[in-house]
Amino acid sequence: MLEAHDIEIARGNRRLIHELSLKLTPGTLLLVTGSNGSGKTSLLRALCGLLAPASGEIRWQGENIRMLREEYWKNLLYIGHNNALKGELTTNENLSALCALSGIATDAAQRQSALAQFGLADREHSQAKSLSQGQRRRTALARLALCGVLPVWVLDEPFSALDSAAIANLQSTIARHLANGGMVVMTTHQDVPINAPAVVELNLDQRKH
Amino acid sequence: MGALLRAVIRRDLLLAWRRRSDVATVVLFFIIVVSLFPLGVGPEPNLLRMIAPGIIWVAALLACMLSLQNMFASDHDDGALDQMLLAAAPLGMIVAARAFAHWLISGLPLVILSPILAIQFDLSPELSPILTLSLLLGTPILTLLGAIGAALTLGLRGGGMLLALLVLPLYIPVLILGAGAVDAASAGLGADAHLLLLAAQLIVTGTFAPWAISAALRISAE
Repeated sequence: MLEAHDIEIARGNRRLIHELSLKLTPGTLLLVTGSNGSGKTSLLRALCGLLAPASGEIRWQGENIRMLREEYWKNLLYIGHNNALKGELTTNENLSALCALSGIATDAAQRQSALAQFGLADREHSQAKSLSQGQRRRTALARLALCGVLPVWVLDEPFSALDSAAIANLQSTIARHLANGGMVVMTTHQDVPINAPAVVELNLDQRKH
Repeated sequence: MGALLRAVIRRDLLLAWRRRSDVATVVLFFIIVVSLFPLGVGPEPNLLRMIAPGIIWVAALLACMLSLQNMFASDHDDGALDQMLLAAAPLGMIVAARAFAHWLISGLPLVILSPILAIQFDLSPELSPILTLSLLLGTPILTLLGAIGAALTLGLRGGGMLLALLVLPLYIPVLILGAGAVDAASAGLGADAHLLLLAAQLIVTGTFAPWAISAALRISAE
């Protein structure tokens, strides 16, 4: 279970989020919405542990994630709006390196099928710099097919730059993860329904006063 | 964790292979700077023999610094650094693995080339191995100290110049011991003391620098 306890997040002199508490139990989808600059990405980075909240605590299984560090990150998959792909590596090599960092050993066949699932079967040996923006996004998202054992997924705008087939595939991948007892935090501007046991929506604009 | 660190090293070596020209730039810079001195100073054998260790060491130091600017910068820009910060192994270990890979790519070639370049200075065959050994012990220290600077200046405008100002003073003890080892040997005093001190410095830096680099990277990511 992932909890945020009374957190405040500030960027520079601006206070983006204050007195936010939330609780994420297995099977829950947390949908963070809000206008540009409302602090969606900062909240996601704080939930990952990349950004320290100005006050308050984020806890995983009851313990502060700043104390847990790798013990928490072993359970986490974060896909930011940068795809973290190296242009000179092929899609398969990129996936291999990224999954290894999450502590998940994959073989070439598994990675091939993950890429195929995201519609990149013929681009397995293409260098990432030769791909289109949408294809790069799909390569980054193909990690989801390989890292299903990690319970917490934090996805920043996963639907951006995707075509409708890829969106449908991503919807079902996320729904499957939630049905298996995973937790997903994501931001989105699109109105994409996801089949989940429990959906919590957090609108950062409405919290402002 | 072993598999994770092997994957990190393999990724960096593969990237270096695909970006061969970047690696070649550093090595060529080293060769050219070292070769300029005999041309500029003139063919006076005693003088050349005397300045050889200092010149080769200073050139190695500058070449190391040149290669450091890209150590974390591209990973910072494309989001790969975030993934390392959230990896399933301690960041210090990952950073140590990356520093090792970086040394293999940009430090080891300098060590291997140094005996060949020493011929230009007519360095005697007894002293040449000492120069190589001092570089073998010293260049990893340069990489580790430089990586602290690279992590601290990540994402800053004009980071390259700042990196030089930050890191060069830290390189001074390494330079003195490294070049001094050859001088001591040529004076008949034996290079053991210098080399042992360099080795001690390598052990201390190897132990503490990865954690300093990690802390700097976490600050840069915020």
